[in-house]
Amino acid sequence: MTKTQPLLQVENLKKHFPVRGGVLGKQVGNVKAVDGVSFTVNKGETLGIVGESGCGKSTTGRMLLRLIESTEGKVVFDGKEVTALSQNELRKLRRDMQMVFQDPFASLNPRHTVGKILEEPLKVHGIGSSAERKKRVKELLETVGLSSYHAKRYPHQFSGGQRQRIGIARALMTRPKLIIADEPVSALDVSIQSQVLNLMQDLQKEFGLTYIVIAHDLGVVRHISDRVGVMYLGKMVELTTSEKLYDKPLHPYTQALLSAVPVPDPLFKKDSIVLQGDIPSPSNPPPGCTFHTRCPFKMDVCEKKVPQMLEHEEGHYAACHLYTEEKQGASQNKEMVGGGAV
Amino acid sequence: MTTKDPVLQVKGLKVSFFTDDGEVPAVDDIDFYVKEGEVLGIVGESGCGKSVTSLSVMGLIPSPPGKITGGEIKLNGEELTTASEKRMRKIRGNDVAMIFQEPMTSLNPLFTIGSQLMDATLIHKKGDKKQAKKRAIEMLKLVGLGRAEELMNEYPHQLSGGMRQRVMIAMAMVCDPKLLIADEPTTALDVTIQAQILKLMKRLNEELNTAIMLITHDLGVVAETCERVVVMYAGKVVENGLAVDIFKDPQHPYTRGLIQSVPDMRYKKQRLYSIPGNVPRPGSIKKGCRFAARCEFAFERCLQEDPPLYKTAEGHSTRCFLFDDTKEDTLHDKDTTIATS
Ligand SMILES: Nc1ncnc2c1ncn2[C@@H]1O[C@H](COP(=O)(O)OP(=O)(O)OP(=O)(O)O)[C@@H](O)[C@H]1O
Ligand SMILES: Nc1ncnc2c1ncn2[C@@H]1O[C@H](COP(=O)(O)OP(=O)(O)OP(=O)(O)O)[C@@H](O)[C@H]1O
Ligand SMILES: [Mg+2]
Ligand SMILES: [Mg+2]
Repeated sequence: MTKTQPLLQVENLKKHFPVRGGVLGKQVGNVKAVDGVSFTVNKGETLGIVGESGCGKSTTGRMLLRLIESTEGKVVFDGKEVTALSQNELRKLRRDMQMVFQDPFASLNPRHTVGKILEEPLKVHGIGSSAERKKRVKELLETVGLSSYHAKRYPHQFSGGQRQRIGIARALMTRPKLIIADEPVSALDVSIQSQVLNLMQDLQKEFGLTYIVIAHDLGVVRHISDRVGVMYLGKMVELTTSEKLYDKPLHPYTQALLSAVPVPDPLFKKDSIVLQGDIPSPSNPPPGCTFHTRCPFKMDVCEKKVPQMLEHEEGHYAACHLYTEEKQGASQNKEMVGGGAV
Repeated sequence: MTTKDPVLQVKGLKVSFFTDDGEVPAVDDIDFYVKEGEVLGIVGESGCGKSVTSLSVMGLIPSPPGKITGGEIKLNGEELTTASEKRMRKIRGNDVAMIFQEPMTSLNPLFTIGSQLMDATLIHKKGDKKQAKKRAIEMLKLVGLGRAEELMNEYPHQLSGGMRQRVMIAMAMVCDPKLLIADEPTTALDVTIQAQILKLMKRLNEELNTAIMLITHDLGVVAETCERVVVMYAGKVVENGLAVDIFKDPQHPYTRGLIQSVPDMRYKKQRLYSIPGNVPRPGSIKKGCRFAARCEFAFERCLQEDPPLYKTAEGHSTRCFLFDDTKEDTLHDKDTTIATS
């Protein structure tokens, strides 16, 4: 099965942004936006990444493409070490690896027509004749549910959702192998959302595309992903198949996340786990397990020791002391916790 | 509850954009109201005119090319469509505040979070810089931004999308507005923070009696937050009613399609339902129901006439001929078609 061959390998990826302060703007600390994330993505699969706002999902996505440089760690794409490529090689690589951005407005040049925006990646990579490129622009506008007459318009003439579809069309222009989609459907209403998700799945089947989908909507992530990684404060805390994650979440943070999903039924009474406290600052993350300040099942060890990402069941990884051998005593907790979600 | 007066009353509002291709009627004759202290949800297809509607209330339609071509907008009884720009500046922030869909476009990248928040206070409220600073920090904490003091000196690009959105909410709330228009306030946020923000908005709604007009495409959010819902399609209101009624008994085929398109986290479907076709280009449909081309129940009349809003139950109305009770046979038709799908 070719499906199991990793297309992308990420090892211990880190991004620490300098924090400057004082009148002289001296560096006074670091924002540990991403702090040691590892995962692999297989050819043809979809990996979902979910997590708290500011936990480093977008930063992770951008580092994979080297839109921002990593502080530490290694990214290997299709056998090539992305983190070691020259600018020239990197440009070639970007034909195979595209990104759909979170903020559709900020990522589309306001002075260019949509036609020009879509043609741009083809021009950059010298693909096709002018007429062929124009044809592909029209094709893709229709693929994403817009019309060819939209090519003459400017980004500000579109609604937020329409702009997001333009972003998706742009990413598809070069027929990439991997698409990193950062909140690709969060600006869309559900009916277009289901079209785009179905479209992404169709394109995946047709062209063997691989996706990394960053989203905060767990319904969307569950629907589209084969596996899901959950991030918290710059770290990945749980990683498994989407079935396992939703049926039996291990990490207390994942459990809280699942229980906070709004259900489209005003009469549905759910048992939500309300997390206490604020998200700690990534410039000063708590010691030990970074989730301990909000965790309803905190133990003494959690304040002191960083939990490792361990395989607790086949293909089910979690970084939580509740499941390590040294903490057998806490295993009764587990059952109770597992039943609490949704 | 029914005795509450509307804070906002919109009647027959029409807004058009005049582009090279001619007039684009983005909002076409819509009516709705927001009662004092209530949370009204507005949902609808991308591009159906939700943001244009809220920008009209704020007096922020870019003109040209945009123009309010008809109707009225009354805020606490005061007509806004004819108000001067000077008056509108006073109203904005003070009486009605808005949280925008794309926080990056409404935060100035050149100024710190602190100075932008303080400006919002200083423009409208008396009080000195020191008080404004205190209030700004207080607001940042209120919206769940723990390291408020540090954030005061940071720039928008240093914040994550979700953090920026919370800054926007803090900014909107500094002057205790009577009406808060929130345009997709939580789409950029993950669920635990979304839950906190919605709870925060509900709390502001209950404690300060701030009426909220919540624009969202997330039907889950609507179900959990809103008392009433207005469903829009292609510049028109197609259904409105109490949230409980709309979810229990969605009437307009479009509303039904929307509800079915939601991916349900509780189980995995191979393929999501999606309403066939696309949203019509504004102004491209000259006659008949705008949803007819995508509607599985459409019949001859739908292509010829523009359906009015039919009152289908107390406080529930639908713009669909299936609900025209004056015709016995259509009514009968409706019962069977809807029940079997
Ligand atoms: N250029 C920068 N300088 C300093 N800090 C930054 C910069 N970019 C991001 N950060 C910080 O890094 C952290 C992670 O940000 P990131 O945008 O990756 O989060 P995210 O998980 O995508 O969040 P969201 O769901 O809100 O989009 C945040 O604390 C943010 O403030
Ligand atoms: N400046 C403009 N020039 C021309 N047309 C515009 C302009 N602004 C908006 N429109 C059009 O008006 C219609 C309504 O747009 P609006 O932004 O209100 O949609 P929306 O309901 O908020 O959508 P979304 O859910 O995607 O945010 C759209 O068809 C859009 O293309
Ligand atoms: Mg992000
Ligand atoms: Mg909008």
